[in-house]
Amino acid sequence: MNVVHGTDHTQTPPSSEEVLIQVEHLQKYFPLKKKKIFGPPEVVKAVDDISFKIYKGETLGLVGESGCGKSTLGRNLLRLQEPTGGKVFLRDVNFTDLSKKELRSYRKHVQMIYQDPFGSLNPRFTVGQVIGEMLTIHKLATGDARTKKIKELLALVGLDPDRIDNYPHEFSGGQRQRIGIARSLALDPEFIVADEPVSALDVSVQSQIINLLIRLKKELGLTLLFIAHGLNVVRHISDRVGVMYLGKLVELSGTDDLFDHPAHPYTAVLLSTVPDADPAARRERIVLKGEVPSPINPPSGCRFRTRCPLATEKCAELLPELEEIRPGHHVACHYPLEEGESLKERISKNDKGAVNL
Amino acid sequence: MEPLLKVENLVTGYRTEQGLVKAVDNISFEVNKGETVCIVGESGSGKSVTSLSIMRLVDFENGEIIDGSIHFQDKDLASLSNEDMRSIRGSKISMIFQEPMTALNPVFTIGKQIMETFYFHRSYSGKKAKQRAIELLELVGINQPEERLKQYPHELSGGMRQRVMIAIALGCEPDLLIADEPTTALDVTIEAQILELLKTIKQEMEMSILLITHDIGVAAEVSDRIIVMYAGKIVEVAPTIELFSQTLHPYTKGLLESVPKMSGERGVELPSIEGTLPGIHSMPIGCRFAPRCHYKTEKCVQVEPPLENHYGHLAACWHAEEVRNGTLEKGETT
Repeated sequence: MNVVHGTDHTQTPPSSEEVLIQVEHLQKYFPLKKKKIFGPPEVVKAVDDISFKIYKGETLGLVGESGCGKSTLGRNLLRLQEPTGGKVFLRDVNFTDLSKKELRSYRKHVQMIYQDPFGSLNPRFTVGQVIGEMLTIHKLATGDARTKKIKELLALVGLDPDRIDNYPHEFSGGQRQRIGIARSLALDPEFIVADEPVSALDVSVQSQIINLLIRLKKELGLTLLFIAHGLNVVRHISDRVGVMYLGKLVELSGTDDLFDHPAHPYTAVLLSTVPDADPAARRERIVLKGEVPSPINPPSGCRFRTRCPLATEKCAELLPELEEIRPGHHVACHYPLEEGESLKERISKNDKGAVNL
Repeated sequence: MEPLLKVENLVTGYRTEQGLVKAVDNISFEVNKGETVCIVGESGSGKSVTSLSIMRLVDFENGEIIDGSIHFQDKDLASLSNEDMRSIRGSKISMIFQEPMTALNPVFTIGKQIMETFYFHRSYSGKKAKQRAIELLELVGINQPEERLKQYPHELSGGMRQRVMIAIALGCEPDLLIADEPTTALDVTIEAQILELLKTIKQEMEMSILLITHDIGVAAEVSDRIIVMYAGKIVEVAPTIELFSQTLHPYTKGLLESVPKMSGERGVELPSIEGTLPGIHSMPIGCRFAPRCHYKTEKCVQVEPPLENHYGHLAACWHAEEVRNGTLEKGETT
């Protein structure tokens, strides 16, 4: 029934075959205010029936445009929002079935890093309090042991441990993001969702934080879900990458395979639009017509079909399932691109075909 | 050939409680006719203040142009009266802002906001103004323009609003279009649309574009020439290809290296620029980049390097030639 759970042999194998997180048919619907009294309530399907696995020790990148549901997915994985349907397993524990109380103690295994280094730290707490709060809530350390642990964490993320009594406003954006990372590490989690952790930072600071995340992942053996819209950043840091469009996972594959041989037309378009810092390599962009349709009334069938250069009637009628087309390369498209075939080639091939008919 | 815009020794500052703060400190550059020039820099580099100075919009934000001149056509914008400036703003020079959400007035229709400039600068009749507005919306790729004229900004998506902003800016066929981070708030597929649009419009209308951006990728994609700013100073000016192939300033080099490339090796440690921008009240005496620079020597700390010509383009660095040739060993920053 669900192809994603078939055999997985990714081309760039994750550091272990052990599945840490398993997501099954996850849904998150947001109801809207009723416009008509008797009509059915309208819903925004922010995350619509998504299934995938995250292996222990890997970094899974998640890309997509704003409104595609990538952040919602991240939040629902950690149950910061309650999913409408579906299951999330952490090893063999069904995370979605835990009671509020059980969830609390389980939260220490899963943590989050937020995008906004200004909004995500309480301005009235010192850095020590921001990080130490976690230790207190989970009753892990008190007194001197607590101070020692906080200082260790600060040193770990490259901050001066003596600044433990400073307030967030005394730090720069990059330093604040380091504080946010230290906080997420305070409970020695296994799994971290990083939601656009570098998007709000300047380029030179961005690379510092990327380096820090890569280093921490290696040293602490973390598993990361890295959500971002910057494709170059995601490519750099991820072992595998998932692409989302309008609440659906449309492609999931090893990073090199995805970037070298995108199979979904949407991924191919996304890749062609990245402004690369190399003027010698100015490529021909494939510019999509129109914009992402509203998630309230998404198109029937494949959600990308309204903007897709390859769409046919079949795409309007039948929703493509996420299927494994090559080892470890999953795509939800009726007409996936072959390995080594570019979208441009396919479009011109289709055009010729039309003329011949 | 006389450049279209010539900025000379511009100093723009803000009056604060701690005294005068120079956001832009003695910069000079030119924009030629039909050229796309990008100013690249991180937050706090002074790139936006530069564009606001040219538009003389700093006056409204507690700031003022303290010194220098801005020659545009045969006028010095820095010393123009407010009335004279009004006839240039929106007509000869127009500007697109970063936030298409806030730059449009939410209580007026799109049509009213586009036609406003024609009444002011061109004294068009209502019918003619409407016709021109429809033309403009078609030009920027908005379909059903007549319907759109009656809509309010909140009824449009972000990309659409940015297109409307561009339509307003192009209304009087300006000679210079200043675009301050026009695609930063937009998604990549929409960013691609807007950049393509700017390219085609520039060719059709033969105007010059001054694009302000923090994204060196965007600059690489659209510009003819790039100006790199750091802490209120210009550190390097070069034709786009040359900036990448023959980088002269260590800051530019650091900036270029710290962006993950789409073809680079994955998972490795990225070269990064250590430290942060100096505080605006505690600028270094010598080179402003010296505290973060791998190449700095005693001279850099003591004496500020001038913006000079090396190998055909400008850089403000005492060690530009060594940086280019890679002959200087990277020292440790202390």
